[in-house]
Amino acid sequence: MTDALLVLEDGRTFTGEAYGATGETLGEIVFNTGMTGYQETLTDPSYHRQIVVMTAPHIGNTGINDEDAESGRIWVSGYVVRDPARRASNWRSDRSLDEELTAQDVVGISGIDTRALTRHLRERGVMRAAIISGEALLDGSGRARTTEDLVDFVRESPQMSGADLAGEVSTPEAYVVPAQGEAVARVAAIDLGIKAMTPQRLAERGIEVHVLPAMSTIEDVLAVSPDGVFFSNGPGDPGAATHEIELLRAVLDRRIPFFGICYGNQLLGRALGYGTYKLGYGHRGVNQPVLDRHTGKVEITAHNHGFAVDAPVDAESVAPHDGGRYGRVEVSHIDLNDNVVEGLNALDLPAFSVQYHPEAAAGPHDAGYLFDRFLTLMTTTEGTDA
Amino acid sequence: MPRRTDIQSVLVIGSGPIVIGQACEFDYSGTQACRVLKEEGLRVVLVNSNPATIMTDPEFADATYVEPITTEVLTTIIAKERPDAILPTLGGQTALNAAIALDEAGVLEQYDVELIGANIPAIQKGEDREQFKQVVEVCGGESARSAIIHTIDEALVAVQDLGYPVVVRPSFTMGGLGSGIAYDEADLRRIAGQGLHYSPTTEVLLEESILGWKEYELELMRDKHDNVVVVCSIENVDPVGVHTGDSVTVAPALTLTDREYQKLRDIGIAVIREVGVDTGGCNIQFAVDPRTGRIIVIEMNPRVSRSSALASKATGFPIAKIAARLAVGYTLDEIPNDITGSTPASFEPTLDYVVVKVPRFAFEKFPAADPTLTTTMKSVGEAMALGRNFTEALGKALRSIDKKGTNFHWEGEALAGDALDALTATIDHPTEHRLVDVQQVLRAGVGVDEVYEITGIDPWFLDQIQLMNEVAAEVAAAPELNRSVLARAKRHGLSDAQIASLRGMSEDVAREVRHALGLRPVFKTVDTCAAEFAASTPYHYSSYDEETEVAPRERPAVLILGSGPNRIGQGIEFDYSCVHAALALKDRFETVMVNCNPETVSTDYDTADRLYFEPLTFEDVLEVYEAERAAGPVAGLIVQLGGQTPLSLAQRLADAGLPILGTSPEAIDAAEDRGVFGGVLAEAGLPAPAFGTATTLAAAKATAERIGYPVLVRPSYVLGGRGMEIVYSAEQLTEYVERALADAAGSGRAHMPPLLIDRFLDDAIEIDVDALYDGTELFLGGVMEHIEEAGIHSGDSACVLPPITLSAAELERIRVSTEAIARGVGVRGLLNIQFALASDVLYVLEANPRASRTVPFVSKATGVPLAKAAALVMTGSTIAELRGSGVLPATDARVVDLDAPIAVKEAVLPFKRFRTADGTAVDTVLGPEMRSTGEVMGFDSDFPTAFAKSQSAAFGGLPTGGTVFISVADRDKRSIVFPVKRLSELGFEILATEGTAAVLKRSGIDSTVVRKHSAGRGSAGEPTIVDLIAAGDVDMVVNTPSGQGARADGYEIRAATTAADKAIVTTVQQLSAAVQAIEAARSGPFRVASLQEHDAARLAAAL
Repeated sequence: MTDALLVLEDGRTFTGEAYGATGETLGEIVFNTGMTGYQETLTDPSYHRQIVVMTAPHIGNTGINDEDAESGRIWVSGYVVRDPARRASNWRSDRSLDEELTAQDVVGISGIDTRALTRHLRERGVMRAAIISGEALLDGSGRARTTEDLVDFVRESPQMSGADLAGEVSTPEAYVVPAQGEAVARVAAIDLGIKAMTPQRLAERGIEVHVLPAMSTIEDVLAVSPDGVFFSNGPGDPGAATHEIELLRAVLDRRIPFFGICYGNQLLGRALGYGTYKLGYGHRGVNQPVLDRHTGKVEITAHNHGFAVDAPVDAESVAPHDGGRYGRVEVSHIDLNDNVVEGLNALDLPAFSVQYHPEAAAGPHDAGYLFDRFLTLMTTTEGTDA
Repeated sequence: MPRRTDIQSVLVIGSGPIVIGQACEFDYSGTQACRVLKEEGLRVVLVNSNPATIMTDPEFADATYVEPITTEVLTTIIAKERPDAILPTLGGQTALNAAIALDEAGVLEQYDVELIGANIPAIQKGEDREQFKQVVEVCGGESARSAIIHTIDEALVAVQDLGYPVVVRPSFTMGGLGSGIAYDEADLRRIAGQGLHYSPTTEVLLEESILGWKEYELELMRDKHDNVVVVCSIENVDPVGVHTGDSVTVAPALTLTDREYQKLRDIGIAVIREVGVDTGGCNIQFAVDPRTGRIIVIEMNPRVSRSSALASKATGFPIAKIAARLAVGYTLDEIPNDITGSTPASFEPTLDYVVVKVPRFAFEKFPAADPTLTTTMKSVGEAMALGRNFTEALGKALRSIDKKGTNFHWEGEALAGDALDALTATIDHPTEHRLVDVQQVLRAGVGVDEVYEITGIDPWFLDQIQLMNEVAAEVAAAPELNRSVLARAKRHGLSDAQIASLRGMSEDVAREVRHALGLRPVFKTVDTCAAEFAASTPYHYSSYDEETEVAPRERPAVLILGSGPNRIGQGIEFDYSCVHAALALKDRFETVMVNCNPETVSTDYDTADRLYFEPLTFEDVLEVYEAERAAGPVAGLIVQLGGQTPLSLAQRLADAGLPILGTSPEAIDAAEDRGVFGGVLAEAGLPAPAFGTATTLAAAKATAERIGYPVLVRPSYVLGGRGMEIVYSAEQLTEYVERALADAAGSGRAHMPPLLIDRFLDDAIEIDVDALYDGTELFLGGVMEHIEEAGIHSGDSACVLPPITLSAAELERIRVSTEAIARGVGVRGLLNIQFALASDVLYVLEANPRASRTVPFVSKATGVPLAKAAALVMTGSTIAELRGSGVLPATDARVVDLDAPIAVKEAVLPFKRFRTADGTAVDTVLGPEMRSTGEVMGFDSDFPTAFAKSQSAAFGGLPTGGTVFISVADRDKRSIVFPVKRLSELGFEILATEGTAAVLKRSGIDSTVVRKHSAGRGSAGEPTIVDLIAAGDVDMVVNTPSGQGARADGYEIRAATTAADKAIVTTVQQLSAAVQAIEAARSGPFRVASLQEHDAARLAAAL
């Protein structure tokens, strides 16, 4: 049993046991309230540079399998759990989570009061943190590093605000996810940290998905002759995504049908001229009630966002960008817990986006209809400038 | 969208008496529903025959009918009250079936009443096996391969395709009644035969066996906008094959990946939509093949259920309350989440803790019953515990069960050799003790994989049990009990008592070491959202973790200890008193409820100001007290309202310095200690039956001779009538003592425990008294006259209030005696005394200075809130003050108004549930050991009608015509002449055995002689009485037992009657009452009156 320490930038510390790899790691510490789906969470690129706290106490019970990962690797920079499984039990389990974390060199901590930590983050907001375990707890001369030193170490690490991270998680090369059955449409999907389930959900509907790197140009996009363009989820501050926002405006200018998820929603907001801001502690979980204001129905949705769009919620507004040339926009979805903007719908352009995760891995499938809506948008929008 | 404006009044149907499969959870759901509907400004009309419920307290409805839940009575109430709607989904299967019957009888249409919360087609689709199978298919799910059968012949054909073992499930029964698993043709004939009988539609489903699969349940809610949420997932630790009510279950599901869980969720949502549950809750059960993940939908309940009560308590999401709001038109997003106060109910709770539920059984009450757990529910109660991990929650849940032999232990050496092989061989079939056996087998070194192969219990759970074994081994082996060893033990759910046993020290020392090391639990909050939002509702559970969340307070607190899991003898009646204490003290104190029973109203976070969902053990109560003392002043603890469980903690708590309110622990002891209590009686000049104790056969015989037969014999260490028998002869006494000696040897004790031998008062009238005493004044709450004579446990005996045959002088003697005992013992609060009146002598049988089972019945019958008054007396009010403030009326039970209505309490017995291993019913004869699970009240202006109502409510009613079989013991023959003559005059055909027929003949009553069972069939195949009963040719059986022993003919007769579901009378007193009731029932439909109408009449009479 190796000792481990979690140090927050405000000086609070938690003592526990090392889990996964030992060593030291830094990141923005956030909590996820999902009771299932740790494998999907760990492999979601949106968690890049974040230390994730699981509020569910038992993690690792179903092991790791080769089917459920949302990308090729674990992205979290650190992992905080209360009771790691000693034994994985599931007919699809290929190996234990502990082994996987160690193999991928992910430093974690277990055995701490994760609820106390979550309450702290809820009250103080997310912040930077470090997990230090094993020999990393000692300084060069073999003495234990002091709490002051460790807090300073945390405070010297980069902030999430202002971070442009899409380039760090995006695919280096374009690739194609073929349509299942007869292809009915083609989408250029900009990978800002895309989860594997998203192209899968599109492909299930007969959509051929060309996944393109984050730094793609409008020419790259047009080169695949898309019926629609998709912007994925991803890590970082949307305020820092200058290139992606310019690319999105080029898409909107050509009236190419557009759909964005999560980071893609924030980028649509910014492209239209709205602001984005950082939430106190974000939405991360699979139980968030979102109201579809068109139907009046509530869907239970998966969320993973620390930033949100600042757009008028009560009535439609004219998109502020460039004197309103993108026309009117409505907030189509809101979170019923806190009224945060969860969806945008352009009324004069074929473009919409949601802040949450209709691809739902992990999470409920209530919002799957949005992919149908995108397909409908693509098949009914005529005469793009492309 | 606001609530519907076209509904002004709603009829809520309750679930009737507590029976196995339908317990206090429906009082919890019904109480919530009534509260909500009243808050919405609707007129609430309630029908429930169970007086021990909170929902039938007059303040919860505008018109409360404690009447039988029959189509006839419901029709009368509907005609009188003309409600706009009926809400039938919160009263269990009873209410749902009642609603279906009303619909079929055309009553709903005739009176233009709308069903809300469910509709008939949805109920049919959800509950009819064949229709449900189609629903599942449409929803993309799979059902087990199956066949519907209506006859045994059809079953035999169907099984050729399905193969053995095959599962048998009757349609439209609750709690899995009549279902089972058939391994061969004999099993199939027996189980399917019963199933056809129990199914109101004579329909049974046979299906392929999915034994050993993982079993899950989802609790869902849907509103009229088609918003659906999954409130909770529940995983059964026991795999498929054990009824979910009998399984150890855990929430949330712990061994599914997100993909697998979402598949269940998708199917569940599709099913609730397809079935068409418009508004409200339902639960859906799934089986998952542990090898392939193949999912099978087992069944759904289109209503609030036991599982929804569990899910509500487990998550903090009040399903019944929200179901009631949805039923009157709201949508989920319009309803606030009570716990956070800031977010809506249209979300799915997420847990940052683990919840474990463990069932409690009562097989010891039915020694002949087969203890194997099957798909028919057999448990009588359950305990729930929360912890920050599975081991902590499991440890707490097991110690909440409060019964010997049901908790993990590490005593002695681990098993080895033949003993281990023998135990390992038994864990393939589920029993009450399997989990402990599994723990022992793992402890002995059998691997998790092997135990999984044998039991089908998921390896993850087995590994967690093995973790507890490892932690225990570390505790035992540690050189000293240091902080890290102890912290790890507590973190994995080991109690101080278990640690003490591992270290060979006393529990007190273990606790002191723990406290000295600064190791105490913290209290976390159930907040529905894993701390994402702040919680405003103080619903706490303990955990060995870092940060506590108990808020400081100014007002002094009163801790009320509840009664723990329901069991026979300690159930809803005690919860009722605890809830009343919380309500009564709210104005002056911060009320703090401590309990571990998820079914109850007391564990509704709306009941007390603070709720601690904790085991009722000394350790856990002490820690709650310390936590609350750190939060503010504590006025004291109430231990006298929750029954024996909290009462038994009183002395230790007081010794530890905790302030006990009301009657002191010393006084409680005084009443229980025969010597001390004998002194109290002697000083007051009150007679008690002669008694003595004995530890050998010779001494027992000598004592019995001295006292005179018959005698009442029982072991001294048990409560609740356990092992109690009436012994008529030295021969019988020898038999009893030999059995006791064998039991003692079997359980490893060197000696038989001392036997208490009491004079048994034959032919005595038994009287139960509930009274309040404040130190100077007595308030006689209720005097109940038992219908059965002394010797039948008071909990199983029918009784009547006011007493119908006692004179004013006798009542005065009762009052004087009660007051003398109250003063002598030192009661401050409630007191229950059992008297026996024999040959004009009033004997004191026993006195209990605590709330009794009859408190709610007395309160319903008299309109006096006894438990509330008791709580106030315990916290310092005087009876005079309570009279002044109107809590108590000016006069008490010593004054009987001739116009006062008559209330009859009748016990409801679970014999139908229990079968012997070969499938025959267990004996139904009543005795000194309590076996009833619940009670009903019949309330009317005269005794015959009140008794008739009680019989109707308890088991469907007495026959008003047909055939009666009479066979009584010799000593009863004289007493039956008059009632049997009356039955004959009423047109009943009388059957009798030879001896009884002769007695009747000499009194001029003609009867047909039938063959005894022991005589066998006649040469021409003439049937025996048992054959006739089994064939349904007998409508009522009168059979009084002729002595102990199940070998007599009587056993076969009574068992056959129970199996055939016919009325049975086992005492002559019951027979007289039954004859009066039959006459009353023949005189036309029952009239009904609400408790509020009774109150108004009482008020008018007092003016």
